[in-house]
Amino acid sequence: MSAIDTLPAVSDPMLPSRYRVVETHMDTGDTVTLDLEPVDGPPLVYTAGQFTMLHAFGVGEVPISISGDSTRPGPLRHTIRDVGSVTHALVTAQPGTVIGVRGPYGTGWEVADGRGGDVVLVAGGIGLAPLRPALWEICSQRDAYGRVVLLYGSRSPDDVLFDPDLRSWAHDHGIGVEVTVDYSPPSWNGRVGPVTTLVSRAGFDPAHTLALVCGPEIMMTLTASALLTRGVAAERIRLSMERNMKCGVGLCGHCQLRELILCVDGPVLPYSRLAPLMDIREL
Amino acid sequence: MRTIAELLEDSPFFAGLDAQALAVFAGCAQTARFDTGELLFRAGQPADTFYVIRHGLVSIEMHAPAKGAVTLTTLDDGEVVGWSWLIPPYVWVFDARAAAPTSAVSFDGACLRAKCDADPALGYALMQRVSQMMYERLQATRVQLLDLYGDAS
Repeated sequence: MSAIDTLPAVSDPMLPSRYRVVETHMDTGDTVTLDLEPVDGPPLVYTAGQFTMLHAFGVGEVPISISGDSTRPGPLRHTIRDVGSVTHALVTAQPGTVIGVRGPYGTGWEVADGRGGDVVLVAGGIGLAPLRPALWEICSQRDAYGRVVLLYGSRSPDDVLFDPDLRSWAHDHGIGVEVTVDYSPPSWNGRVGPVTTLVSRAGFDPAHTLALVCGPEIMMTLTASALLTRGVAAERIRLSMERNMKCGVGLCGHCQLRELILCVDGPVLPYSRLAPLMDIREL
Repeated sequence: MRTIAELLEDSPFFAGLDAQALAVFAGCAQTARFDTGELLFRAGQPADTFYVIRHGLVSIEMHAPAKGAVTLTTLDDGEVVGWSWLIPPYVWVFDARAAAPTSAVSFDGACLRAKCDADPALGYALMQRVSQMMYERLQATRVQLLDLYGDAS
């Protein structure tokens, strides 16, 4: 038993709770999904779109969106891309490793607002991970929604995440899944080009659509523009903004976007509120 | 069976054109089908046609030594394949290959150029649409070049 295992359970939001890695899954060459269970205390209750602060003891802490299915009991799931020292420590954690979790934090997708109409989800790269809980929530009450379309852009076929889920959403839940890649080998028979080009042809009724968008900011801006051109109202376009979150509870101000503290006011916000701020380069 | 002019109404490229203009375009067109892997046109060959995809998927490719075919982009239902027929020296720069069973409307480029020469208003309407298409493809290519999902993003 390590010293970490002997620490007491905590309730202070600035102190992490201990979770044990129970399973890991290599999604791509640099992206891993971790399944976590609490060492003590109840499972985390969260809504689709929220994030946690994951703590690799002795290395540091990073904000990571929850990528699991909030409608079913099961381990707390995060999908993490290896891009720095903390994420490297997390993606290389083996089953049995204890890591810290704070949260859940921030606003969710509020998917239920799309009931009775169409929903279009646009993901770029690792941005599919925060949207996965939204997709599973829709699937859990599929009849409540009209047409549901997932437009997913990836760097290459090797970087495509969650292939079994993509197939299940398409075949078992009647979701229109369109995948495109920026770069392709000769063996790829699918679409090539930016995900924004799929918006104009996607099958949804713009007047009755809720759009959920997650990816790099440039991709989200261009996607929002394409959705506006299709006729989706700005307040019905929701983006997940993830800028330099540090404390997760609105204290430190690192994720401030003028009047918004994104870890508390976001990460999910309507484009109608974000658009004026995203155009200001100094922010 | 639908006429070619009626088929053209399905493509956003022809949106806003009246029946008379569509009939002129249709006069230079015929339907075409391609199996998966079949070339619509090949780089270096005379560019004397272009296509509007009815159903299917077409990849725009460049052959690279030691790499084979590199796909630059793919085109979907309703989209136009090819613009070299409009720009001298009327030679294809890239290959276009059916990435799935594809049905299309094929246009005789020389026929259409002659009709546009004879009717500048029609030619202007065509050029507006081709310019819009080029603009959108250029923007898409620029976004691809950003490598948004790469390590630097």
